[in-house]
Amino acid sequence: MERNLTHIALFAALIAALGFLPKIDLVSGVPITAQSLGVMLCGTVLGAKRGALAVLLFLTVALAVPVLAGFRTTLMALNSPTAGYIIGFPLAAFTAGLVVERLRIAIFPAAFIGAVLGGIGVMHVCGIIGMSVMLGKSLPEAALLALPFLAGDLLKAGLAAAVTQSMARLRPASVLSRA
Amino acid sequence: MLTQISPVETPLHRWPAGLKLGLMALASTALFLLQGWAFLAAVSGVAAFYLSQGLTFTRSGLRLLRPLWPFLLVLAVWHLWLWQPEQGATLALRMLAAVSVANLVTLTTRLDAILAVIEWVLAPLRHLGMDPRMPALAMALVIRFVPVLLDKASLLMQAWHARSTRRVSARIILPLALAALDDADHVAEALRARGGL
Repeated sequence: MERNLTHIALFAALIAALGFLPKIDLVSGVPITAQSLGVMLCGTVLGAKRGALAVLLFLTVALAVPVLAGFRTTLMALNSPTAGYIIGFPLAAFTAGLVVERLRIAIFPAAFIGAVLGGIGVMHVCGIIGMSVMLGKSLPEAALLALPFLAGDLLKAGLAAAVTQSMARLRPASVLSRA
Repeated sequence: MLTQISPVETPLHRWPAGLKLGLMALASTALFLLQGWAFLAAVSGVAAFYLSQGLTFTRSGLRLLRPLWPFLLVLAVWHLWLWQPEQGATLALRMLAAVSVANLVTLTTRLDAILAVIEWVLAPLRHLGMDPRMPALAMALVIRFVPVLLDKASLLMQAWHARSTRRVSARIILPLALAALDDADHVAEALRARGGL
């Protein structure tokens, strides 16, 4: 019980911390903001339910404290064109976690598929619907706006899978999606 | 940088947080539904409120709008290309006004007031068998551990810079995530040692 609570809380804090990191290079020269990476990790490491709860907890704290990337609060983000992505955050973590829990294959490919389906698929579907509503564009037009981020997101999914695999090796008991 | 509350005291500072959140939701919806003159009046109303609280307050409000510039750029290019300046201006104004309305809550509401509202909203969870103190404890843990993890990240980056001339790469994410996992285990043990949940 205590472990569930603290894992959820610490991963919510990790999402926030990743959003504040000065930009780091993913492959040399391509800086990333790592907040969506944190969302993928919540799913792939904590599993569907706990991962989604961690993201919801992060968004709840972000109502009061500006911990969303760019020092934004959930309120600002929900009223801006990125609203869809915010709504997609917990769904993305849930999907990623579900894939890792259900897909009984090695952890790296499972986490990669989960991160791609949740962190890219679900996230961008929600995000594109949000942008289309907030910016008054059709869905294909909004999808065009999301397109430039796909390459970086694929790299992040790979990174999330690699980190999840290493964590499963180093702290097998703590990777709750497979525990 | 724990909150962005404005040091300029406005009447809104004294309003209850729950009321402000409710009104914010209504105002945001209204900005989406209103058309024509009513829409322009609503947008001017938001701007007028900021200005009526003085230039310092207006400036902090404008600073919070900065993350929106890529979207303004997209709208500008798009609607100038298709030559629908009126539609583009409407979309841009609506976006700026909606975010400004949300920022009013952020600028005038203390952290503890918002936390109290969240606790009140989550109180019915008790009937689902969840201890109402749990979400409060979880939120407190998050707020405490964001700076802890950032300190760890900064130590990891210093260690990186001590050994390499290259820019910090994504390799520090694994040790950072491990730190979060280990801290979670330690805090869980500490909670259990104090009688548990």
